[in-house]
Amino acid sequence: MSRLILAIGVILLWSACKFNSTTSNSLPIYGNRQAVTRVVNGQTVIDTLYQTIPPFKLVNQYGDSISNNDLNGKIYVADFFFTSCPSICPVMQRNMLNVYNTYKNTPDVKILSYTIDPKYDSVKVLKKYADKLGVTGNMWWFIQGKKDDTYRLAEKSYLVAVSQDTTVPGGYVHQGYFVLVDKQKRVRGSYDGTNAQQVSQLIDDVKTLKAEPAPGANQ
Amino acid sequence: MKFKVIIGVLCLLLILAVSCQSPQSIEFARYYSSGSLLYQSHCQNCHGAKGEGLNALIPPLTDTVFIKNNIHQLPCLVKNGLRGKLTINKKDFTEKMPSNDLAPIEIANVLTYVANSFGNKRGTIDVVQVGNDLNNCK
Ligand code: HEC
Repeated sequence: MSRLILAIGVILLWSACKFNSTTSNSLPIYGNRQAVTRVVNGQTVIDTLYQTIPPFKLVNQYGDSISNNDLNGKIYVADFFFTSCPSICPVMQRNMLNVYNTYKNTPDVKILSYTIDPKYDSVKVLKKYADKLGVTGNMWWFIQGKKDDTYRLAEKSYLVAVSQDTTVPGGYVHQGYFVLVDKQKRVRGSYDGTNAQQVSQLIDDVKTLKAEPAPGANQ
Repeated sequence: MKFKVIIGVLCLLLILAVSCQSPQSIEFARYYSSGSLLYQSHCQNCHGAKGEGLNALIPPLTDTVFIKNNIHQLPCLVKNGLRGKLTINKKDFTEKMPSNDLAPIEIANVLTYVANSFGNKRGTIDVVQVGNDLNNCK
């Protein structure tokens, strides 16, 4: 009898572990969602519309203007920083360099670092900063725009995952989060950019996103 | 039997070694361990856990010749920060290091840690020396 219980226990445990391992392989989708109905081949189907990063227009370290069309079909990591930041930014950049070095030759992965001090961080300052970090090419963009726009984008769009996951009020922009965005511009994760362990999780999660079927493939 | 004797002798030697630690090395250990904590809270974000710096933005603390030649300037550097050109490991650095609100004893602790880590081996940087150096800040 007790052997039977043991056996059941083992099976339950095993299936519980199994369950965990499969769920950890897909990432949540953050933000608001909305159900829309549409008709396909005479049948009504319900789709879920997810919150996405809205259009923006900014300038990168090369002086090129960047809009979110440049991110079509790209997985990217966004963060918020300023070049004269003495406290957490060096740690964030050290960790982001790991992301950069892992994916710099992967055309569908990018990094976007938004400056929150565009007054000081001109295109010239951003370029110099990128050079000193050892960042070349177009994989990692340091971008600037109007301060208000950047803050709105940060708080309303990028950091939804953070505000859903914690009860800490406001000020997320200054806390060094790395935000993972998928090819359909949906937020899929947020990570403490000052924590090397969380950043290696991010590096793994990019792989998970790369393995997701292309949008439209199963529709 | 032989084994027990060997262990016994080893234990004795160990006890001797510990109790015979000179006052200097006890002082060094105290400076170094306090300095290690101060380093983590005040310097590590920029200079890195291994003193590796950050590419061309922040210099590494592994230039043993620079540390040796500038040992008496370091207290002022840590206290007042620095802005200007420095050549470390043959590379130029021009970013700004911020000032630190640290007491002389804390500066002595953290410099003892730095000057005896990352390849440096300069022994205790004691608080009296640091006090003198601080009086000569430019
Ligand atoms: C905000 C980042 C930052 C912090 C924090 C910081 N430093 Fe620095 N440090 C720098 C930069 C940048 C330079 C180079 C300054 C220059 O080029 O003028 C530098 C230079 C130095 C140098 C001389 C150059 C070398 O690499 O040997 C030493 C020594 C040093 N720092 C020690 C410390 C110690 C000790 C602390 C903690 C009490 C500390 N620093 C905290 C950024 C920082």
